[in-house]
Amino acid sequence: MKLAILTDLHANREAVTAVMAHARSHRAERYAFLGDFVGYGADPGWVVDLVREHVAGGAVAVMGNHDQAVFQGPLPTMIPEARQVVEWTRAQLNSKQLDFLASLPMSVIDRDMLFVHANAWAPKEWAYITSRMDAVRSLYATDARYTFCGHMHLPMLYHLTSTGKTGDFTPSQGVAIPLSEQRRWLVVPGSAGQPRDGNPAACYAMFDTASATLAFHRVPYDLDAAGAKIIAAGLPLRLAQRLAYGE
Amino acid sequence: MESEPILRPSTLEAGQVLDGFKLEERTHQGGMAHLWRVTYAESPSRAEAEPPAAGATPMTPVPMIMKVPRIKGGEDPATIVGFEVEQMIMPALSGPHVPKFIAKGDFTRQPYIVMESIQGASLKARFDLAPLPVNEVVEIGWKVATALHELHRQHVVHLDVKPSNIMFRATGEAVLIDFGLSRHDQLPDLLEEEFELPMGTGPYMSPEQIQFIRNDPRSDLFALGVMLYHLVTGERPFGAPTSVSGLRQRLFRDAVAPRTLRPDCPPWLQEVILRCLEVKPERRHQTAAQLAFELQNPDQVVLTERAERVAGTSTLNVVKRWFATLGTEEKEGVSAADQTVKSPILLAAVDVTNAEPALLEAVRHTVQRLLQTEPGARLACLAVMKTNRIGMDELVEADGSSKHVNMLVQLKHWARPAVQALAFGHKDGLQAGRVTFHVLEAPDAANAITDYARKNQVDHIVMGARSSGGLRRYLGSVSAQVVSESACSVTVVRAVSSRD
Repeated sequence: MKLAILTDLHANREAVTAVMAHARSHRAERYAFLGDFVGYGADPGWVVDLVREHVAGGAVAVMGNHDQAVFQGPLPTMIPEARQVVEWTRAQLNSKQLDFLASLPMSVIDRDMLFVHANAWAPKEWAYITSRMDAVRSLYATDARYTFCGHMHLPMLYHLTSTGKTGDFTPSQGVAIPLSEQRRWLVVPGSAGQPRDGNPAACYAMFDTASATLAFHRVPYDLDAAGAKIIAAGLPLRLAQRLAYGE
Repeated sequence: MESEPILRPSTLEAGQVLDGFKLEERTHQGGMAHLWRVTYAESPSRAEAEPPAAGATPMTPVPMIMKVPRIKGGEDPATIVGFEVEQMIMPALSGPHVPKFIAKGDFTRQPYIVMESIQGASLKARFDLAPLPVNEVVEIGWKVATALHELHRQHVVHLDVKPSNIMFRATGEAVLIDFGLSRHDQLPDLLEEEFELPMGTGPYMSPEQIQFIRNDPRSDLFALGVMLYHLVTGERPFGAPTSVSGLRQRLFRDAVAPRTLRPDCPPWLQEVILRCLEVKPERRHQTAAQLAFELQNPDQVVLTERAERVAGTSTLNVVKRWFATLGTEEKEGVSAADQTVKSPILLAAVDVTNAEPALLEAVRHTVQRLLQTEPGARLACLAVMKTNRIGMDELVEADGSSKHVNMLVQLKHWARPAVQALAFGHKDGLQAGRVTFHVLEAPDAANAITDYARKNQVDHIVMGARSSGGLRRYLGSVSAQVVSESACSVTVVRAVSSRD
């Protein structure tokens, strides 16, 4: 079964539309959404509805820190521009959409796969996986062979052997990587709605569960339109600019 | 199938069927893996089930072997990881220079790889008879270099090039086997943290591999240099050290020059071998294709101090080089495929005797532009001297001078402005060997050009198009034929002024 994994969609309708079309043309049969459906972008309602429809059809979705902030109110640790966006976003969503965000689980286990927004050791604390050490900590906190997580906005692949040897890998676009059954894997697909690795194209990953092969994809989208909407909504200009540079 | 018990390699027996493969006999019992000759338990191809159509060649099944790792009670994770690496990399490879991958078996039940069986012995048998005739060494060298270039183009550095890992097809191509230490630049490096000691085979390991650098395709050229040295002299350039300090000697000390051990080794071959054995990868050939090119064009090898070297390394130099090795790390931007892209071989096919001056100039400008944007590129300038298919050719001009030499003179004259422009601003002039000149004698120019490009792994051909319609109609277009028959990029240049 081909599973498309999208994370950090961040209310970017143009990017998500392009990614979903790419995934369909690559014969995705199932979807997983790893949180942060809202925040930063100008189309929170549209993105939440899309995720909601897919969940009704059997897709996996977990909660991100931006989703939580929108129904709970901003966290004290949030940077001012994020805080401003949280308040604006909350005003855009209807009660159905807010209820959906509030109902999201922190993590989902499906067979040998764990889906979580930030990490496996303390999903509610939103700590980032920025190094091999963090990845190993997360991999030791679960029995699942494959962990899929977001939050980092950078595509990355970590692995761990039964003897404790680890490695990290910055993936090349579109290359099918066989994930050996001899080790456990932590997959960060990269952000669909706000990539930050210097490449503005939207990120997602496709996992073929039958052959255990994983591909990281990059999808170009109309980032001028997405940026123009952010500016038109009165959101911080920098949020539009960073889409163009992928930072 | 799901209920099949977990099998261990020791329990495998002849006659057993595993995932549809019948184990016929164990052909090799190694320290790391066993090899079994296998066949399909049931005929997999309809070609065998149905009677072959009249006149059709009956499909010959590919002979297959199954490689099964020896797992020694968990004490040797390296064997397992090496096999895991091979299972990951082999399915990504294709072409005549690797065994065809057929199937792999899951580690949770019984790990194996089924692949095409390459008939014949490995190159190891020839090493027992070294020193070999120079011609044979050169032929082995370019065949292996050609195979390595193909591997590097597919993103893989082998990192364990040695005689027992090289075989030859009946058709002559070298085949590389055993990818247990290899690195694919688009797949994770599963071996990265696995070893405390350098990975590779002692005599062949490059200086950078000894320093734990695993991403440089030029490491394979060092190993090939060790093999060529051994085949020419009968001795290994750095012995067969077993300790890390023994391995590290090659970082500071040069090998004894081959000609000291084998006086009839030609200077050009010593030049090529010692260049492969340079400590710094930047001083070796930049791609395996460039090495193969030199091995096939000995008259084009630029001889340096290496060709005449006799002495070893002075103590002062040993100390200097020891300091230079401190703090070595993997370099950014070096990978198997990048290296082949950065150092292309460019072929200018020039009709120096017949083409219009404006066209000759236009071809030269195009070549010059390409060279300026590719500082690692090499240029081979080629002219074809047309010979008759049947009968004797006049090889001398009316004035008694050689046609071949005259053509070479014209070719060099054509290239001079481009060569000068490139050398300008470089303090040492043009890098030795960056531009070479070749005159081929052949009845058909297009065939000669495409043949030459294929044999020398040329990346890009630049040539002129015949401008006058009459001649082209009468003789056909050489460039059109080259475009349709070459595997590489072809740029066909026209002189703009003639298009009115």
